[in-house]
Amino acid sequence: MAILVQPDTKVLIQGITGSFGARHAKLSLDYGTRVVAGVTPGKGGQRFEDQVPIFDTVAQAVRETGATASAIFVPPSFAADAILEGVAAGLELVVCVTEGIPVADMIKIKRALRGGPTRLIGPNCPGVVTPGDGPGSRGGCRLGIAPGYIHKRGHIGVVSRSGTLTYEAVWQLTCQGAGQSTCVGIGGDPVHGLSHLEVLKLFNDDPETHGVIMIGEIGGTAEEEAAAWLRQNARKPVVGFIAGATAPPGRRMGHAGAIISGGKGTAAAKIAALREAGVAVAETPAVMAETLLKRL
Amino acid sequence: MNIHEFQAKQLLARAGVVVPNGKVASTPPEARAAARELFDGGAQRVVVKAQIHAGGRGKGTFTNGLAGGVKVCSSLDEACARAEAMLGQVLVTRQTGPGGRLVSKVLIEAAWPIQLEFYLAVLLDRSTSLPLLMASTEGGVEIEEVAAHTPEKIFKVAVDPALGLMPYQARDLAVALGLRGDLIAAAARLFQGVYRCWWEADAALVEINPLGLVTALDGKARLMVIDAKVSLEDNGLFRHEDLQNLRDLAEESPIETEASHHDLNYIKLEGNIACLVNGAGLAMATMDIIKHYGGNPANFLDVGGGATKEQVTAAFKIILKDPNVRAILVNIFGGIMDCDVIAQGIVAAVKETDLTLPLVVRLEGNNVEAGNLTLAASGLTIIRGRSMAEAAQQVVAAVAA
Repeated sequence: MAILVQPDTKVLIQGITGSFGARHAKLSLDYGTRVVAGVTPGKGGQRFEDQVPIFDTVAQAVRETGATASAIFVPPSFAADAILEGVAAGLELVVCVTEGIPVADMIKIKRALRGGPTRLIGPNCPGVVTPGDGPGSRGGCRLGIAPGYIHKRGHIGVVSRSGTLTYEAVWQLTCQGAGQSTCVGIGGDPVHGLSHLEVLKLFNDDPETHGVIMIGEIGGTAEEEAAAWLRQNARKPVVGFIAGATAPPGRRMGHAGAIISGGKGTAAAKIAALREAGVAVAETPAVMAETLLKRL
Repeated sequence: MNIHEFQAKQLLARAGVVVPNGKVASTPPEARAAARELFDGGAQRVVVKAQIHAGGRGKGTFTNGLAGGVKVCSSLDEACARAEAMLGQVLVTRQTGPGGRLVSKVLIEAAWPIQLEFYLAVLLDRSTSLPLLMASTEGGVEIEEVAAHTPEKIFKVAVDPALGLMPYQARDLAVALGLRGDLIAAAARLFQGVYRCWWEADAALVEINPLGLVTALDGKARLMVIDAKVSLEDNGLFRHEDLQNLRDLAEESPIETEASHHDLNYIKLEGNIACLVNGAGLAMATMDIIKHYGGNPANFLDVGGGATKEQVTAAFKIILKDPNVRAILVNIFGGIMDCDVIAQGIVAAVKETDLTLPLVVRLEGNNVEAGNLTLAASGLTIIRGRSMAEAAQQVVAAVAA
């Protein structure tokens, strides 16, 4: 078992006919992910790449194909609606790649998700990969935009707010022969779906995961909240890395959520919280995998 | 996106919040007309406020020696003299940096005797993902100071986005601030208006500091928005064409604005090692590792996930506009993006800019072999870092040499 998605998870793509969605739907198909449906309103009845049926609505796609997870590739002005359409259709997991969704939309979505069964990953995230057993980890489940080939099936969980920094960690692991159970990019926006803590809890309970790399960055207090929980509950080694130690306060560092405001959300505070909770913190981003592997 | 105080007050007025009578002026004659109108309307005093995107204006100093970017004046002539002395001058405050900001507009408003100063703000509470109304009896000072020393004087109300700020919540807050009688209802209306302003404008922050309890002309106590700051959330701007027009490019760094035209995210820092990276997290981490090995990053630069050859060239040109730069570190993890495209972009950029500074390149990921061949075949002097750590050490050494 991995977390969130398994190699046999049936996946649908919202926005499959847009250039971005189409490109990554094709990459997921090539990776061996079971992409069973696409959704683009008005294009129901067509096929993607001559094989994947396209539906007008998520509800139809779920009913006809049994898809349980979705990846969303639609522009910011339509993304909130797309997420809620996935929630209403009863999907177990919705991954929203879209960058640039207004915070007010995400506040409403968080409110709508409360108490429901659907898990949201993102937005503004690379998505989720559970690597497969094939060459270049093919045969796995890839929802989003992460490069599949850098992965290798194994026992390390990765959770991160950043895309390329996740790939960096994954690649370090793979190059050192350590595979991954599941890699989760939770996204760089200030209001988003699953938090570091929620993903850590899933990894903690997953027998296939033996250790976790948790990558955070400046802004907010999610890393501190995760650290407080880990102190009491961690059953496996967790290594942290926090990006942005040199970021100036008050400036948004690329990600909408990466900002030190009112003296809150500094890398120093997060690193201190992690260390206090007994979580080893990688000195540099170049040694994330090494720091964890030494502890296994 | 930050906007000026006078624009913030216009947004608040649009949401039904009563703001002081006043006008913005760009020239001394406009300032005279605005002040005259206020005095003619019965104002005893007016305040002249320099309009720049920075706090600390009242305690700031103009480079011509004049002290204070906020001045209360009791006569028309005094107000005109103050406005004339501020317009066209550079104001330095603790938030502007030593370069200061050019004052091209002043706001002229009616001023009243202030009995009490409160603090009021609406912002996102990231830990709950809910809007938060925050108020304090300690207005007119920085809220961070209050939070650090007397946190019990800060009152918070979480807002359900489906309901908005309910009247009872607003009244609770008014009472917590010590308001009584008619002022409770007045404060509640004001709080609801301020919340509506935040929500409807897709604002990141609406801050009223101070919110004054003033003595109005009729002798009664009234709540008044003395100073207001609004920052708009960049992701929400696409649905507010009217708010997009509030951008004042004179307040933004020209080099950062130019970068944004190429879809590059550039932030200038104080060091001398420029970096060019794909992805915000990796870009921050690259700055950090430069620092770790004893160097100082000159900038944050994220070329995005799908950078093109043209973008890489534009990125080099932007980096080189910073005269402090002594070396460049390119750190690319090409997940989906083709490393060879990046390599071609680097080669083209080096040739086009006649680069003479040391250049360290670390490429990893998709089609990296072809990218390496492109760099090797270019005949250019490029230091190749085999890992992020090695590349960072190489660039720090290059600057030290």
